[in-house]
Parts: sequence; C-alpha cells; structure tokens
Amino acid sequence: MAKAHEIVEKNLPLLIILTVVAVSFGGLAEIVPLMFQTQTTQPLEGMKPLGALELEGRDIYIRDGCHTCHSQMIRPFRSETERYGHYSVAGESVWEHPFLWGSKRTGPDLARVGGRYSDDWHRIHLINPRDVVPESNMPGFPWLMENTLTGESTANKMAALATLGVPYTQQDQDGARALVEGKTEMEALIAYLQQLGSALPASAGRK
Amino acid sequence: MSNFWSGWIITIVLINLLGCLWLLWWNREQDGDTSVGKSMGHSFDGIEEINNPMPKWWLNLFYGTIIFSFIYLALYPGMGSFKGLLGWTSDGQWQLEVDKADQRYGAIFAEYAKVPVADLAKDAEAVAVGKRLFGNNCAVCHGSDARGSNGFPNLTDGDWIFGGSPENIIETITKGRTSIGMPAFTAAPYQLEDASITDLTAYLLTLSNRKANAGDAGKGGQLFAEKGCAACHGGDATGMQMMGAPNLTDNVWLYGGSEQAIHTTIAHGRKGVMPAFEGTLGSAKIHVIASYILSLSQ
Repeated sequence: MAKAHEIVEKNLPLLIILTVVAVSFGGLAEIVPLMFQTQTTQPLEGMKPLGALELEGRDIYIRDGCHTCHSQMIRPFRSETERYGHYSVAGESVWEHPFLWGSKRTGPDLARVGGRYSDDWHRIHLINPRDVVPESNMPGFPWLMENTLTGESTANKMAALATLGVPYTQQDQDGARALVEGKTEMEALIAYLQQLGSALPASAGRK
Repeated sequence: MSNFWSGWIITIVLINLLGCLWLLWWNREQDGDTSVGKSMGHSFDGIEEINNPMPKWWLNLFYGTIIFSFIYLALYPGMGSFKGLLGWTSDGQWQLEVDKADQRYGAIFAEYAKVPVADLAKDAEAVAVGKRLFGNNCAVCHGSDARGSNGFPNLTDGDWIFGGSPENIIETITKGRTSIGMPAFTAAPYQLEDASITDLTAYLLTLSNRKANAGDAGKGGQLFAEKGCAACHGGDATGMQMMGAPNLTDNVWLYGGSEQAIHTTIAHGRKGVMPAFEGTLGSAKIHVIASYILSLSQ
C-alpha cells in the first residue's frame, strides 16, 4: 500500500490525471446530464429571442455592470416569489449567452422587472435613482441619455448568437441596424428591462 | 430524464461512494499494523516524515458520512430519476410554503374582500395592512408617503386623473393606465411657435389664479379653443377622467406647475403610464391597497 501511495506522489502526470478524475465526478453527475435534458435545453413555448434594440440593451446592462448588483434568478421560496413573481424556470434561460443569473443582490432581483415600472420611471431612476427612491444606493447612469447607438455590430451579434442556437433569422439580422441606429443607450436598456420575465406570464402559478 | 442519463448518474454516484469506501479500506491500518512513530523513510535535515495511523474518531466520522449519504439518497432525489421515498421537490416545498401562508393570511384577506372599499378605508387595521402592501409595491413611484413626485401622481390630494371612486382606483391598480398622452405641440400637426406656447402657458397660469401677462393669456385662451386642447381637457379646462386628461384649473400639477415646467409640457408633451398589478398582487391585495389609498384623501 505504501508503495502505491509513493508511485502517485512521485509521478506528476499520473497525479494530475488522477486529480482530474477525482474532481470531475461531481461535474459528470450534476452538470453533464443537464446538457441533454428537454427542461434545460428547450425554450418555453412561444418564447421569442430578444429584439435588436433589446439585445443592444442587454450588452449595455453587462457593460455597465448591472449584473454585479442585480441577480436575475428568482428562487422557489415564498419570500422571493411574493416580491419578484414566479420563480425562474430553466427554459427561460436557454438563449442566454452568457446567463446573467448572478449570485449577489445589492439591489433587487430583476428577472421579472419588465412592466413593473413605466419607461419614464426607468429613465428618471437610471439618471439619478434618488429622484424616485430617496433611500437608494444605486449609482446614476446619466451618460445613457447622451450616448447613441450606431447599430453597426447588432447584426453580427445576432449572427454570433445564432451559432449558439438562438433562432435569429437572416431577416432579423438585415433589419437590426435600422431598429437600433440613432437610439440612445437609455432607450435600449429600458427596452431590455421592460421585456425581462415576459417569457413566462406574470400570473403563472398564482391563484 | 431518459434511462441512459438516469443510469449514468446512478453509476457515477455509486462509483463515488464505493470508491470512498474502498479507499478507506485500502488505506486502513489494522491495529498493530503500524506502530506510532513509524518512519516513512524520508529524512531531510533531520526532519523525518512519520506515518501514524489515522485517528479512530476521524475514520468513524468518514464512515458516518458514507452511511449518511445512503440514507439521504434513499429519502431525497439524487439517484437519477429515482424520486426518493419522501417525494421531495423544490417546487413542492415552495407550494407548501405558499399554502401555509395562504391558510394564515388568506382568511384575513377574504374577510377584507367582503367589506366594500369605502368602508374598509375606515378600518384602521385594514388600512395598516394596505399601507405595508403599498410600501412594498407602490412606494417606489408614488413615494412612501404616497405624495408622489414629478411625473408620479400624489394620491393624497383628492385630485384624480383617472377617477377616485373605489371602482376607478381598483381598475387603475389592476389593469394599469396608459394615458393617451399629451402631444408635443411643437411637433406636427400642431407646430406651434414658441411664442404661442408662452401664450398658452400664460392662459393656464390665469386658470389657476396666478399672475400672467393679460395680453398673452387672452391669446392663449383663443389658442386653447382653436388648437384642440379642449378636446381632452374640456372647454372649461377641468379635464376628462375618461381620457386621463388632468384638470388644469386646480393648481395641482403632475409635471410641475412653474411657468417653465408648463411650457415644457406643452412644447414636448407627456405620457404617463401606470403599470398593471393584476398578476403581481391579485385582487384580494388590490382591494386592501385601494382602501388604503382611498383613506389617504378622506
């Protein structure tokens, strides 16, 4: 026995291989099967991919780091579903590349924030959150009003997502630029926020 | 889950557990096998590696975790598509939590639902409940004191854009409201000059008994009739709740009542949106919130 121990300890490649085998067990049992389940690979019925402006809004959401303070994952606890709406389901996220579930909530969860507030509210709140929520500690994002989008790369973004299985058609890509060009980043971000959670009707699972 | 993947998971889990057992057994030191302080054969600068048997209590803890895992896997889902003897699911647990809460609070809300909103507004306890719900759901726009802010209506002043009857309030919360919107009068088809907008502003100032240039106001009054303002706000400018067109004579201003603010509103237009809360709150809670809101202006 002491001998076998010694062989592994003194043979670096063997040690590496055995270590990888040992740590891969968890992933093989818990992650790999999920890649082949209908529940996690099929979109919800009637789900549509993000529109051109919403897609640009999503990139602004990522660029400005919204996901570092806001999660998009409602867990199946009553305390969460009372506040945020129906718990998140896997089918909603199949076209999310990368997903923005997050694990830290400095601000509230945004998975179903769409339609909760008016566009005007979002605009005022994003410029200076304290104008509408005096106790908020969220930073303001006033530049969103000033920066306009060119839409140059929107079609390319769609094409890239299409290779990952998001059903963008050639028509979507051709029309993308016209939908985005000249719009402010604020409009794009609000368009993105207002559709969050719309894949699953807000009333689903409620009595 | 297909049989293949179920089998895949079961196999890996079992290999893992049995592997741990085997590793422990393989590395076991029988009593007396290894004496305490036996050298491993390396010595560097007089420091020697010693092979001591693993402490019994530690080993037993390890065996304990393996026994625990078998019990756990029998009770809870973990072995592929085997659901576990307890039939536990995460949404089942959620449903249990929700049912428990419904049992506790459902009866209270059911009692409130029987009382008309106008009467419930006089029930201090119901109003307190409504205030909490308002704080969690409405205060973000209307303010925690319900006095609103620029662009978000004050709910305490008795001035209602879409009507202040209990039915109107419930309708507003349930279905939301999208005003048809105040058009931008600098844009087509109106294309008013800046001077005309100043005239209109002056006219509106006089309507709420404030000082303004009388000449401008006179011209503004004419424009008010000619340019179709009356179509929404009414000939006497007292507004139309059907259309969400506010009363312009009561000196309550949603978007600010300064000369500058009124000028901006006419020039660039406004469009308020109240979101629908039917899906988030449900009728029982909306009923209680409506009674709280009604109590504020009584």
